[in-house]
Amino acid sequence: MSDTFVILLVGCMVASSCALVGTFLVLRKMALLGDAISHSVLPGIAIGFLLSQSRSSLVMVVGAGALGVLTVFLVERLQRSGRLYADASIGVVFPALFAVGVILISRYASMIDLDLDCVLYGEIAYTPWDLVVVAGTTVGPRAVWVTGLTLLLNLVVIGLFFKELKLVSFDPGLCEALGFRPVRLHYLLMALVSVTVVAAFESVGAILVVAMLVVPPCVAYLLVDRLVLMLATAVASGCIAVFAGYGLARVLDGSIAGGMAVAAGGLFILAFLLSPRYGLIASWIRRRRAVGRYPAQ
Amino acid sequence: MEWTYTVRNVLVGSSLLGLTGGVLGCFALLRRQSLLSDALAHAALPGVCVAFLLTGSKSPEVLLAGAMVAGILGAFAILGVIRNSRIKEDAAIGIILSVFFGIGIVLLTWIQKLPSGNQSGLDRFLFGQAATMGTDDIRLLSAVTLLVLFAVVLFFKEFKLVSFDHGFGVSLGLPVKLLEFGLTSLLVLVVVIGLQMVGVVLMVATLLTPAAAARQWTDRLGAMLLVSGGIGAVSGSVGSLASATIPRVPTGPAIVLVSSVILVFSLMLAPRRGMVWAMLQDRLVERRIRRENLLKDLYLAGERGIGFGSWVTLPILMGYRGLSGSGLLRSARRLVKNSLLERSGDQLRLTADGIREAAKVVRKHRLWESYLSRRLELPPDHLHRDAEMMEHALSDEVVDDLDRRLGYPERDPHGKPIPREAS
Repeated sequence: MSDTFVILLVGCMVASSCALVGTFLVLRKMALLGDAISHSVLPGIAIGFLLSQSRSSLVMVVGAGALGVLTVFLVERLQRSGRLYADASIGVVFPALFAVGVILISRYASMIDLDLDCVLYGEIAYTPWDLVVVAGTTVGPRAVWVTGLTLLLNLVVIGLFFKELKLVSFDPGLCEALGFRPVRLHYLLMALVSVTVVAAFESVGAILVVAMLVVPPCVAYLLVDRLVLMLATAVASGCIAVFAGYGLARVLDGSIAGGMAVAAGGLFILAFLLSPRYGLIASWIRRRRAVGRYPAQ
Repeated sequence: MEWTYTVRNVLVGSSLLGLTGGVLGCFALLRRQSLLSDALAHAALPGVCVAFLLTGSKSPEVLLAGAMVAGILGAFAILGVIRNSRIKEDAAIGIILSVFFGIGIVLLTWIQKLPSGNQSGLDRFLFGQAATMGTDDIRLLSAVTLLVLFAVVLFFKEFKLVSFDHGFGVSLGLPVKLLEFGLTSLLVLVVVIGLQMVGVVLMVATLLTPAAAARQWTDRLGAMLLVSGGIGAVSGSVGSLASATIPRVPTGPAIVLVSSVILVFSLMLAPRRGMVWAMLQDRLVERRIRRENLLKDLYLAGERGIGFGSWVTLPILMGYRGLSGSGLLRSARRLVKNSLLERSGDQLRLTADGIREAAKVVRKHRLWESYLSRRLELPPDHLHRDAEMMEHALSDEVVDDLDRRLGYPERDPHGKPIPREAS
C-alpha cells in the first residue's frame, strides 16, 4: 500500500464514521456535545496511556469512552438540576476535563509517548509507518485497522438501531410513548460518538474530528430531506473533503488534518449558496419570482 | 517557588484576565452565548496568522488586531448561517469553530515552514503560555481590564436590559443592536487577549466557569458581576501560583481547574440553590410527611371504632403502609418528644394534642377530596391519591379558605366526617 493510499483510506474511514454519528448529533441539535466529547476524552486517553504504557491498548479506548460518557452524564445532570443553562453546562464541563488531561500529560510527559500537538492536529501523515505485527507478520498500518473497525462498529450499531435512532431524532416523545427508551438510545449514541472520536483522535486529531462530526452532516442537511439520503450524502461529502483537503495540504505544504477541515468548510459554503432547495441563491430566486407574480400595487 | 519577575507578571496577568473574564462571562452566560465565546476563541487563530503574514510583525498589538477581526468575522458568519439557512445554532457554531480553526492550523503549519516563521511564537496562541508574558502584555491587559470595567459600569443599566429583556429594550428605543455589538466586541477583545495566556480550548472556561459559579450565589446582576469577577481573579492568582510552585503544571489548566473546583463547591453549597441544601430540605420534608402519616393512621384507627387515644400495636401500624417497625419508631420518637404521642413497648397512642394535630391532617385530606369532587367533578375513586399528597402541602390558611368556599361541608365524598377545629 502506498503512503498516499493509506492516508486517504484512513481519512475516508474516519470521515465516514464521523458523518454517520454526526448526522444524528446534528438532527438532535447536539452538535456541540460532540465537540465537548472530543475535548474531554483527553484525560481518559492520558490515564489509559499511564495505566497500560502503550498506545495500542484497549485500556485507552475504554478510558476515553468512559470519559465521553461521563461528560454526557455531567452535562445532563447539570442541565436537569436547573442550576445552569444547557449551553453553559457544556461550556463548563469540557474545559475542566480537558484541563485535567493537559495537566496529566504535561506532568507525566516523560513517561508517555504522547504530545499535545499530536492530540490536537493528529499525525495522519505518519499513519503509514505505524504498522501492526501479528505473529511475526505485518498485517498493515495500525490506523487502518483501528479506523476500519470503528467504521464497522458504527455501521453495525446504526444498522441495528436505525428505526429507533430515527424515531428518537425526530420525535423523542413518540419514541418514549412507544416504549423505547430515549435515554438509553441517547447514551448508546454518545458512547458511539466517544469511541469514534477516540479512534479518530490519534490519526487525525481533535479539530478534524469536530469538523468531520459537524460539517458534512450539515452539508447533507442543506441538500436532502430523507434520513437515509442524508447519511449517504454526509458520508460522501466527508470523503470528498478528505480528498480535497489532502490535495490542498499537498499544495500548501501544510497540515493535512487542517486542510481537510478547510475543504469541508468549502463544501459547506457551496451547499449554503447553491443547494437547489435550501440554498441562498435558490431562495433568493424564489423570492424574486414570488414578487414578480404578485407585483406591488 | 522563587518570587521572580516572571512569576509576578504571570500572577498579575492571570488575576487581571480572571477579573475581566469573570465580569464579561456573566453577560455571555445570561445571553445564552456560552458557546459563542468558544467559537470566537477558535475563530481568532486564522486572524493571528494572516496578521503575521501581512505585516511580518510579531508585536502583540498587530497579532491581536488580526485575531479581533477574525473573531468578529466568525461571530457574523455564525449569525449569517443561522439567519440564511435551515442550520440550527449549535451546528452553525460547530461549523465556524472547526473550519476557522482548520484554516488557522493550515496557515500556522505553512508559516512554520517559512524562513521568517521559525520560532515565530504564534503557537502560543494554541495552548497559551502565560510564562512568556512580558511587561508589555501586562500593560495591554491592564488597559483592556480598565476599558471593560469602565464600559460595564457606564452602561450597566443598558447591558442589563439587553441581557434580560431584549424586546423591552427595543420598545424603549434603545440602540439594542449597537449595545449587543458593543458587548460582543468586548467579549472578542477579552477572548483574544486571553488566548495567549490560557489557549484556545480553555478560554471558554475563563469566561464561563466563574460566571456559572457566581450565578449560584445570587439572583442580582450587580452582585453576580462582583462575585464572578472575584472568583475569576482568585482562580487566576491561585492557579498561577500553583503552576509556579508545582513543577510541570501549565498555568492555563491550573487556573481552569481552580475555578472548576470553586464551581463544584458553589453548585453543592450555595445557600438555597445548592444541591446539598436541596437534599437536606427534601429529607426534612420527607420526615415530616412520615410523621404526619403516622398521626393520621392512628387517628383513622381510632375512627374505625376503637376510640381516639386507644393503644395501637406496632404490627398493625406497619400493615397500613408496609413500613418497617424501626422506621415507624424513628418517626414516633420525635412525636413522643413533642408530646403528641405516647409509647409503651410496641404500642402507640395519640395524646389530646396528638388527636388535634392528626385531625388537622385528616381535615386537609377530606376537604381536598371534597374540593376535587365538587369543583373538578372527579369520580370518588380518583380522589384519594391526590389528597394523600395535598394533605402534606396545604397550609392552614388555604384549608380554611377551602372550607369556606365549599360551604363548611359535614362529610367528604366518601361519607366520612370532616373534623373541625372545635371538636
